[in-house]
Amino acid sequence: MSNAAVATMDRKPMPGMKVYNKKLGMWVFLLSEVMFFTSLIGSYIILRFAHPDHWTDPGVVLNVPLTALNTFFLICSSVTMVKAFAAIQEGDQKGLKNWLLATILIGATFVGIQGIEYAALSAEGFVPALDAYHAVGRGNPHEGPSLGGPLYGATFYAMTGFHGAHVSIGVLCLIFVYIQALRGVYTVADFEGVEIIGLYWHFVDLVWILLFTIVYLI
Amino acid sequence: MEEQEHAHPRYILIWVILLVLTLAEVGYAFLDLPKIVLASGLIFMALWKALLVAMYYMHLRYEPRRMWVLAASPLPFAIILVLAVITEF
Repeated sequence: MSNAAVATMDRKPMPGMKVYNKKLGMWVFLLSEVMFFTSLIGSYIILRFAHPDHWTDPGVVLNVPLTALNTFFLICSSVTMVKAFAAIQEGDQKGLKNWLLATILIGATFVGIQGIEYAALSAEGFVPALDAYHAVGRGNPHEGPSLGGPLYGATFYAMTGFHGAHVSIGVLCLIFVYIQALRGVYTVADFEGVEIIGLYWHFVDLVWILLFTIVYLI
Repeated sequence: MEEQEHAHPRYILIWVILLVLTLAEVGYAFLDLPKIVLASGLIFMALWKALLVAMYYMHLRYEPRRMWVLAASPLPFAIILVLAVITEF
């Protein structure tokens, strides 16, 4: 079968679904991701209910202002991503490239800030699988309130780490889409690649919105 | 791609609402309220934000109805999973 025939089949909607196959495939993948992150959140809930003494009040160990800023960046990247999509829908090649580049830079900034956060927390002794009672830097571990137990660090790094990996993969995919955009692959009649990476990127943003609340604020 | 033929949502307005809700969440989290009240309010705001992203940025609002069914299909399983672990206590 020729490449043109395959491409035509890809754009043909799945019978009864009214959306093209690649988009349907991305949605099905994202639905599996819903269950993946739900399993992490479910594990977190059962551990937190079982061992409430391992957790602290918000802001005692984790840096809420820095992460709120990072959340702001990720929400901004969702806007730039959707603006890239809107640009190519209108045939605006320059807008597509600029908004995609902005999304890549903001996404990379998110990952960078998460790395800085991890480094700072590790330096304070807040590391996975070890006793976070020894965390220092915010409060007195000997006289002040408890700074949490090992489950706090383990669940924190598991949940934010898997999300960070998703953002990192998203940035790499966005770089690929950006290169394709530079080559002029996307047009007003064919912007599937931009829409599909956009769906993934917004999903990653959506997950972070929930994780930020559950891990940092509750 | 006939399903794309709709007016663009007000992306910047959604962005502003998301930012306001994020600020509200951070402020609310540090109020001196019972834990259950704090957690309920925070989860409500987070779900509202998630819904806005799904409906407008992921364009679910403009997709065919059967895509809504597909998108919602894991939610019962997710709810069952979370409720199942909560009822352990």
